[in-house]
Amino acid sequence: MANRSTIKIRSKHFPDYTLVRTLIAHTMETGRNKNQDTKALIPAHFIQTLTFKHNDKVVSECHMGFGISKNPFFSFKIKQAKLGDKITISWKDNLGFSDSKDHIIQ
Amino acid sequence: MKFLILSLLVLSSFTAHSTPAGDSQALRDFYQQQFPTIEFSEYADGVYAFDADSKAAWLDIKQFPPYEFSLETGKILFNRPFSNKSQYADCFANKGIAIAQLYPYWDETKQSIITLASAINDCRLKNKLPALAYESDEITYLMAYMADTSRGLFINTRLPKSALPAYERGKAYFYQRRGQLNFSCASCHVDNAGKFIRSEILSPALGHTTHWPAYRLKTGKLGSLHTRFKVCNRLIRAKVHEAQSTELRELEFFLSYLSNGLPMNGPSIRK
Repeated sequence: MANRSTIKIRSKHFPDYTLVRTLIAHTMETGRNKNQDTKALIPAHFIQTLTFKHNDKVVSECHMGFGISKNPFFSFKIKQAKLGDKITISWKDNLGFSDSKDHIIQ
Repeated sequence: MKFLILSLLVLSSFTAHSTPAGDSQALRDFYQQQFPTIEFSEYADGVYAFDADSKAAWLDIKQFPPYEFSLETGKILFNRPFSNKSQYADCFANKGIAIAQLYPYWDETKQSIITLASAINDCRLKNKLPALAYESDEITYLMAYMADTSRGLFINTRLPKSALPAYERGKAYFYQRRGQLNFSCASCHVDNAGKFIRSEILSPALGHTTHWPAYRLKTGKLGSLHTRFKVCNRLIRAKVHEAQSTELRELEFFLSYLSNGLPMNGPSIRK
């Protein structure tokens, strides 16, 4: 699964706004969960920043903690987007992993 | 009193001769009478046929279903060749595509019920691979992919004569009261279907086998029909039969027969 993107993006263009929805595959471990077999704590592993760009301009930067659910889902409403505009969503977690994906509104 | 005894006798003689087709029709007529506004095909949506608000929320989640990553994984697992170059597709009719609606079925030679999960494990054993645990993520993802290819097709559970005893046992399991709370499956899903149990609506038995595996918002992952059976038994404080045990397979067979003609819409989402 190494080559699969962890980000899925879908958008819907309405007359007065554009709805962009994203689903991110991430374990979002809090650091308080225990391994059922060994009873050892599972190290914290969660997304710290989620960046939402519209035509390479940062529109929103979300600072997240471990309180966000596994495989988080976000939706954004943006007003100025036109068909053919580029949306970039990227995340970075506390262990230094990151991913990014581009999406064209259509 | 005499009339009552007579009518009881008539009733019992009638039920003794009930046929599977008759059972199915009787249940459909019962729901039709209880919920005249609900179309037959809507029973595939379970409780969401009963409440417009929760249906709207459900449809909204379905626009971008949370099980998509699991479904993709299922597709990759399904198409990954085994070490002997064979793959899952070789074990199934039509390469495993659009066949989930035919399960469970009665196998004449084995004299047992074959469910989709057991067929997947049979395939692995045939290829000298260890069987998967029945509630593991891997088998659930595989089932999700196979169910997805059958989306929109109609449940078609055939009932040959030799399968009748298994059907009858499944039916008996469904109507048998058990557990500390002394509930049968039918107590909730026939007698009280569509009513509230605390804040939740009880689903009708018709359509129970259409939408598996289902992503439960409560557990945050895909789970199988047998996992749900186990939860039901635990909630009524009865003996919890293992997933894919004979009892639960017979129950699945019975329920699947009742749901004949409903469209498959798994994997789906449930609260």
